[in-house]
Amino acid sequence: MENGNTENTEKPAQNGGAPPQNGNGEMCMSLNAVNKWYGEFHVLRDINLEVCTGEKLVVCGPSGSGKSTLIRCINRLEEHQEGRISVNGIELNDDLKHIDEVRREVGMVFQHFNLFPHLTVLQNLTLAPIWVRKTPKNEAEEMAMHFLKRVKIPEQAAKYPGQLSGGQQQRVAIARSLCMKPKVMLFDEPTSALDPEMIKEVLDVMVELAREGMTMLCVTHEMGFARTVADRVIFMDEGQIVEENNPEDFFNNPQNDRTKLFLSQILSH
Amino acid sequence: MAGAVFTPIAARPAPAATVGALGWVRANLLSSPINALLTLAALYFAWKVIPPSLDWLFFNATISGGTVAECKTAGEDGLIVDAPGACWTFVKVRFLQLMFGLYYSGNLDQVWRPVLMFALFVGLMIPLFVRSFRKKLLLGAFIVFGFPFVAYALVHGEWLGLPVADTDQWGGFMLTFFLASVGIVGALPLGILFALGRRSQMPVIRAFCIFYIEMWRAAPLITVLYMASNLLPLFFPSEVDFDKVARAMIGITLFQSAYTAEAIRGGLQALDRGQFEAADALGFGFWKKSGLVVLPQALKISIPGIVNSFIELFKDTTLVLIIGLFDLLNMAETASRSPEWKGYDLEAYVFTASVFFVFCFGMSKYSQALERKLHTGHAR
Amino acid sequence: MDDSQQQQPAALQPPKIPWRRDPAVRALFFQGALIAALLWAIVTVAGNTARNMEERGIKIGLHFFDDVAPFSIPLDFFPFWSFTLGESLYWEVFVIGVQNTIIISVFGIIGATALGFFVGVLRLSPNWLVAKFAAAYIEAFRNTPLLLQLLFWNFAVFLPLAPPPRQSWTLGESFILNKAGLYLPNPVLTGIGTVIFTVSAVAAIAAIIAMRKWAKKRQEETGKPFPLFFASLAVLIAAAVLALLFAGEQVSFEYAELKGLNYRGGARLPLIAFALWFGLTAYTAAFIAENVRGGIVAVAKGQSEAARSLGLHHGATLKLVVIPQAMRVIIPPTISQFLNLTKNSSLAVAIGYPEVVNVWAGISLNQTGQSLVIMAMTIGVYWVLSLLTSAALNYYNTRVQLRGR
Repeated sequence: MENGNTENTEKPAQNGGAPPQNGNGEMCMSLNAVNKWYGEFHVLRDINLEVCTGEKLVVCGPSGSGKSTLIRCINRLEEHQEGRISVNGIELNDDLKHIDEVRREVGMVFQHFNLFPHLTVLQNLTLAPIWVRKTPKNEAEEMAMHFLKRVKIPEQAAKYPGQLSGGQQQRVAIARSLCMKPKVMLFDEPTSALDPEMIKEVLDVMVELAREGMTMLCVTHEMGFARTVADRVIFMDEGQIVEENNPEDFFNNPQNDRTKLFLSQILSH
Repeated sequence: MAGAVFTPIAARPAPAATVGALGWVRANLLSSPINALLTLAALYFAWKVIPPSLDWLFFNATISGGTVAECKTAGEDGLIVDAPGACWTFVKVRFLQLMFGLYYSGNLDQVWRPVLMFALFVGLMIPLFVRSFRKKLLLGAFIVFGFPFVAYALVHGEWLGLPVADTDQWGGFMLTFFLASVGIVGALPLGILFALGRRSQMPVIRAFCIFYIEMWRAAPLITVLYMASNLLPLFFPSEVDFDKVARAMIGITLFQSAYTAEAIRGGLQALDRGQFEAADALGFGFWKKSGLVVLPQALKISIPGIVNSFIELFKDTTLVLIIGLFDLLNMAETASRSPEWKGYDLEAYVFTASVFFVFCFGMSKYSQALERKLHTGHAR
Repeated sequence: MDDSQQQQPAALQPPKIPWRRDPAVRALFFQGALIAALLWAIVTVAGNTARNMEERGIKIGLHFFDDVAPFSIPLDFFPFWSFTLGESLYWEVFVIGVQNTIIISVFGIIGATALGFFVGVLRLSPNWLVAKFAAAYIEAFRNTPLLLQLLFWNFAVFLPLAPPPRQSWTLGESFILNKAGLYLPNPVLTGIGTVIFTVSAVAAIAAIIAMRKWAKKRQEETGKPFPLFFASLAVLIAAAVLALLFAGEQVSFEYAELKGLNYRGGARLPLIAFALWFGLTAYTAAFIAENVRGGIVAVAKGQSEAARSLGLHHGATLKLVVIPQAMRVIIPPTISQFLNLTKNSSLAVAIGYPEVVNVWAGISLNQTGQSLVIMAMTIGVYWVLSLLTSAALNYYNTRVQLRGR
């Protein structure tokens, strides 16, 4: 892992052979026989998934396969009806205290950024630290500037989200989540609302984040990103996990016909 | 090479507690303790309000007979008191008066004239809502610009050699209908002109149109009606004489034209810039551009806005009560103050309110549906 | 090359446009025509008016302002400017009318805003029954004429249901409701009491301002939040209690008492004013409730999802994310509703509340025949109010406009 890192400082994309070890093996998140319905529609069917600390998962699949619903359940933005989900040993159930605790530990990045348009970039970043973590304002602002530097837009701090480009907005959204010092980051198609030339700047930030050891769960169709950083790739269809493998085997030697069809469709051009 | 074949797990029905009637009750009425408490409070409120209202409106109400005696009953100590329910007999007996005013309720042999007028109107309106009917525009134009003359000829009678019902004898729902219709029809051409003028490049014309529109919008309708009845006669040579109804109609039309102009301006603003540019590129002049390209589209988009302002106008026609015209509300009030039916004003108000509610609610639902339809039509 | 050089001077000269195709000439022509038509209309109307007024023997002017108004204003009850029969002049009638318009509008705006926000939030309640009741209220009140509602409340509800003075509904000695109106105790301050109450009110406000500053500073230094709202409430209550302790003897309440057939004394809100306030409030609240619902719905669902996923709980999400954004949508149409309510208060003429249209455009116009001056002044009042409203709207819009690219 060490030599992998030094080697990859310039070109992180070529690390095919040695995927980073799955963190320290400590369990971070587990989903056990999770089922969810939207009305009569059975959207998640018997999902079993375990994620270790430091692990990076990429979830892909056709639209309507339930992949977004899956990660929204981990943050309790959606409620599951059967099975158990626990994050950092906290079980997600109707207990509001548990939900609050989990949300503090889990950061989420949305497809459409969902920045608060009435607040400046800096205020977007300090809102949750001040009101949830009770951080003094000055400290919160220092931390916000630190993360803005990491996503390479400290000069935009005083602007409003509407004044930024899509790529800049998504980077602000990532920084906003990082300000809560989360243990896990969830990404819900973070690049699919962006113009092509802005996708790279967001992916670069995510690659860097992965390299620092963040536990990540990404719903994305960026297969280059999956090859680069993922420890495991999960393919979902019709509300269930069809195939789960390391990126090399997943892309080069898919086991399931359904996966092959999907890969041939998205990689054909 | 052949990989495993994907066989999806069969979808199971959702847990019974989350779907169907039970799931609905859980999600909508009992989702939290506070929610359950709210449900209890709402049920208690409903129990307190709905059954007594229904009793008064229907179950204990009287509609038979034709005299006030039907609505009286012997009280405990033998005295004659009001029956516990509504006295719809009153509305029934005075129905013609409430609908067509005093002239027609007094001349029963002539009632066919307003009845025919309303029947014609409804008959003409129906094809507008039939999808397959092709000549909607032509029919619409006739209803707006031709039908008022037919209606006037029938109801007034002079042109057709019928017994004359002068405007000061018009009343009831018929007068409400006339005031609102004349207001909206007369306001349409004025509104189009002022909406175009407000977007004009010429400063004097634009300033005049802004002044005109904002002047009317700032004044309450009642002051406009006072003005129409007090100032209008002063502004014209003394030979010109408007009756009360005509004065109110002029006031309402001018007032409404400002609101119509704003609704149309909304449509003009919503119109894609490309339409103006395309018309310019085709070499159209101002009138051709407006008449052939801009207005047909802008008017279509502004129909919901115009309907909404018509609803407001329809309700506001009741204000003519204050300047002494006998519209539906004033007629109902007057009837409930008559010596015979004294004390039945609640019935008069409830009846009038239901008539207005049916029309306004229907039109607002129609306008909302139209808005949705136009919205989807313009979506990418 | 030579060719183009030779043509250059010709191209530099502006081409001759026939005057009737020149846009500038056309614009001048149309605008000139409009001005001429307006002038002609004004001159004609002015001439007709002068002739008609002369025929009726009325001299246009403001001279009648200083005449004694030969009528009494019903329900003259607000203390700022009172009317005395046989002494008060016409211009005072106007002032009283404007005063009563403003007073009923202010109280109506307060009531309608409170009720409208309440109903609007109920309309979005997750409880189906509550949401449906709120919807029924909104539709019923929006789709029937306001004038009908005012007549209904006044003549079918409050007048017949309120008891005669001898059988008044009372709550202790403080609240008395009967056909004449609602009586409340009238606070009377004497001697040093006035000073003490003023001082304590000022001190309380100063304390709250200081507390705000301190709470902000403490948050910035230590991160500890401070329950500002409840603390402010406590300060206000404490100030009132202290003032009562020190100056209790200087304060007395004048209660209404039954003398003969009627109550005398106390502060009286006539039943008609109450009915008007009630009707205007209930009607306008239905429109404001729709604005509130629309504003909250307009805040994208992703906004509260983002706030919740950052760990903000429900209350904080509403307070910090949803409400500030919803307000931008809610406030402009609500300010227009305030203006509508003010304009609608003119319907009070139908139930006899003495606002400006009633006493000025109605009674005074009939008495003097000065229709031109009186109508101009009446409409002028509403123009001023409407200009003030649009100024407020513009100020608000420029202040809160979301900045975008």
